[in-house]
Formats: sequence, C-alpha cells, structure tokens
Amino acid sequence: MRESRLWFWHILSAVVILVLLGLHMGTMHLSELLHMIGIGSGDPVQSEQVFHRSQQAVYMIIYILLLGTGLFHGLYGLRSIFFELSLSRTLEKLIGGVLAVAGIALFVYGTYVAVLLFQTSGV
Amino acid sequence: MQQRLKNRLGLLGWLGGGRYGMDRYAYALHRLTGLGILAYFILHIFVTGRRLGGQEQWESTMAFFSTPIFKIGEFLIVLAFAFHAVNGIRLILVELGWLIGKPGVPSFPYSYSTLRHKPLFIVFMVFAAALMIIGGADFYLVLR
Repeated sequence: MRESRLWFWHILSAVVILVLLGLHMGTMHLSELLHMIGIGSGDPVQSEQVFHRSQQAVYMIIYILLLGTGLFHGLYGLRSIFFELSLSRTLEKLIGGVLAVAGIALFVYGTYVAVLLFQTSGV
Repeated sequence: MQQRLKNRLGLLGWLGGGRYGMDRYAYALHRLTGLGILAYFILHIFVTGRRLGGQEQWESTMAFFSTPIFKIGEFLIVLAFAFHAVNGIRLILVELGWLIGKPGVPSFPYSYSTLRHKPLFIVFMVFAAALMIIGGADFYLVLR
C-alpha cells in the first residue's frame, strides 16, 4: 500500500516536473532560438536577469515547487534502482532513510536560498 | 508475504535487451539519463545557491561554468532530459493503458505487448529526437 502510494506520487511529480522543467529548459536552453524569434533577451543567466527573477514571488514559488518535486522524483527513482538489485531488507531501509534525509536537507537548503533571495532586494 | 524474485544480472541486465528488445534498452537508458539528470540537479542546487554571495560571486561562478567542457556537459543534460521526459510520458501512458490498444483473446499469429507498444514507442522516440535537434540548434548558436 505504501509503495503504491509512493509510486502514485512519483508519477504525479513527473507530470508537475514535465510542465515546470519544460518551461525552465525552454527558457534556459533554447534562449538563443527564442531570441531569434523575438522572445526573451538571449542570455537568461546574466546576473541582472537572474537576480530580477529571484525577487519575484512567482519564480520563488515555481523554484521551490520544482525543487520539491524534482528531489522526490529523482531520489525515489534512485531508490527504485537500488531496490531492483535484490538487496537485504535492512540495506533497503538504510538506503531509503539516507535518501530521505538527503532529500530533506537539499530541500531545506534550496528553499532557504530561494526565500532569502526573494526577501533581499538589491543584493 | 509477497515473494521476491532475485535479480541475478543486477546492473549488467541493463546492457542486454534479451527478448524484451527496444523496451528493455529504453528502460536502461531511462535509468541512466535519470541518474545523470539527478547528479546535475544536485550540483545545480549548490550552484544556484552561489547567488547568496551576490552578483560578483554569481558572475565568477558562471564564468567558471562557461568553459567548453561544461557547455558540452550541459548539452548532454538537454539530450538526457529530452529522452527522459518523452520516454516518461510514454511510460505513464502505458501504465494507464492508454494508446496501446485493448486486450483481446489470443489468436494466431500471436501478438505480444512489446510489439503492440512499438508504434507508440517509435512516435515518441521521433519526438525525442526532434527535441534533441532543436536543443542542438540552440547549442550551435551559443557556441557560434
């Protein structure tokens, strides 16, 4: 039951990631093509643009949502790869625990960065 | 208690498709690209954290990552994302039983699931290839 629920969340997170990361990849990695057709400024990692985005609530929310769903999806996927290797129950529990702690730590750090930058105008 | 079958091949099982053919290679590639994206994502969390040091630190970080080796790595991530995302949509559709036809009574010549999935697989891989070509075009423009 627990595994079915986790699997459901894995699929649901994939759909969220598909939309958010699709937008992110389009903005960051198709910037030159988009610039050619008159969308965007051509260099999304320019510091003015990066800090301007960091101070907008919508970007902060999207960033935190993508961070959470991305970490869950990625670390659950990694856990599934480990679990396919016929490990002992103890080792499976240990790996699950380590990945959960790592995921929470990364989420807390990423959220801290996003919130702090949002609150600090004119860094 | 549910019976657990032993995975005798382990990770080596990723190398051979066996009777599962393309589906099995897509399975292995989905995991490989997933691992690559996860490694990049974790690095990305720390790189974007450098913004806390202000504009100067951000610019020096971006200068460090603008070398050709990192640009090529970034492009590989775009390729991995294109495959992982498109193949992931295919897997969700198959999981939900959509676009793969209805189950029927077995009759000669027998059909099997990987054969029935093949048209869907081909369409999605063409779509992934198109995304990779678009990503490649942008990469070319960045390097030019």
